Amino acid sequence: MEWHDEGIVLGARKHGETSVILEVMTRAHGRHLGMVRGGRSRKAQPVLQAGNLVDLVWRARLDEHMGQFQVEALELNAARLFESACAVYGLQTIAAHLRLLPERDPHLGLYEMLGLLLAHLDEPSAAGELVVRFELMVLEELGFGLDLSECAATGRREELTYVSPKSGRAVSREAGLPWHDKMLPLPAFLIVGPGMRADLSAIEQAFRLTEFFFTRHVYGPRGLTPPDARIGFLNALRKHTAGKLHVPGDSAA
Amino acid sequence: MSKRIAGPEIERLIQLLAKVPGLGPRSARRAALHLIKKKEQLMEPLASAMGEAAEKVRVCSTCGNVDTVDPCTVCTDPRRDPTTVIVVEEVADLWALERAGAMNALYHVLGGTLSPLDGIGPDQLNIKQLVQRVSEGAIKEVIIAVNATVEGQTTAHYLTDQLGGFEVKVTRLAHGVPVGGELDYLDEGTLAAALRSRTAF
Repeated sequence: MEWHDEGIVLGARKHGETSVILEVMTRAHGRHLGMVRGGRSRKAQPVLQAGNLVDLVWRARLDEHMGQFQVEALELNAARLFESACAVYGLQTIAAHLRLLPERDPHLGLYEMLGLLLAHLDEPSAAGELVVRFELMVLEELGFGLDLSECAATGRREELTYVSPKSGRAVSREAGLPWHDKMLPLPAFLIVGPGMRADLSAIEQAFRLTEFFFTRHVYGPRGLTPPDARIGFLNALRKHTAGKLHVPGDSAA
Repeated sequence: MSKRIAGPEIERLIQLLAKVPGLGPRSARRAALHLIKKKEQLMEPLASAMGEAAEKVRVCSTCGNVDTVDPCTVCTDPRRDPTTVIVVEEVADLWALERAGAMNALYHVLGGTLSPLDGIGPDQLNIKQLVQRVSEGAIKEVIIAVNATVEGQTTAHYLTDQLGGFEVKVTRLAHGVPVGGELDYLDEGTLAAALRSRTAF
């Protein structure tokens, strides 16, 4: 068995003294694992860092085997992402969400979104919104997508203010008012159409929204909790907004 | 079933040696034979040294280093600067920095890095003890000397967050061109990092 594809490194686990088990998100083969012989060498280690775009050749005797990767670097993003707390926490959060997907199941939309995210993950002003949208896409791919296009009760597309915790569908201000204390607030930037920019409080609201559905449908039933890196990511966003982001190098001066 | 060529004691010795990093079954057999040949000069002193080390070795309750005394030799060395602490992942990193001899500081060994893939969170690392040391007030600078990997840098950012509330300067190692490194062979990430951290000449 053999295939050739490109992928984004999600992580690598040591295997023996010289090899690693590499975890990648590929364009056509989904999340895939494989062994890289000599992956702990000085030459290979910079390439096998999370966030790097790599060219992959996978070989195995049988399809169900883990197989071996031959890896070549295409775009080395990791060193750029190291600099930003927002980027490293964001990367860990995304990787944790992608591990919820079954292996070898292609998700082209998520792969392309992942590529976009990696390009902007070190820009806190854009990263928050992108990570939230990525989480919504993961929920969708797992079969628990939210329908934010129209009011579940009236079918209206205006004044969508809440999300029903039961159905995961948007609810208009008028229809949701009697149950507003039970409803989840819907940040305006997530509503399909307006394309407005999100501020920090809207991002935090959106994170609470996705966390609710992730916990209820995905992490809870598997006996897991949402990744700790998610809290770190939000804290990094807050620090950036407050203008207190630690700039590496400044403290050494 | 293959025939046994040595007694169970020697087989056991070979099996245990094969578990040492850098040794496989073949090299373990060679090492065992070498030890047997040099019984008086090497095998017996080695066995005695290993037994003594196994009996006395302990983890330093202050910094996480390994030594035969607690607190360790590094922590009790009066010639070291007690206001600076270098945070490293493993004891091997501490030894590497000591070989470099560039800083006369104290150390703190984390025992690994945050790694969700391996299920290692903050509670599995020696982070609380570091925060405790810093909270005592004597430390003025914490140098985070972790590996330049995503896990290492996540740990570095986490530590920076944890130490944010204290009056302490948090610094980290520079990323850049290694001595003897040729620019043509360096990955673009390292080159970009090296350019960003350039210094006046």
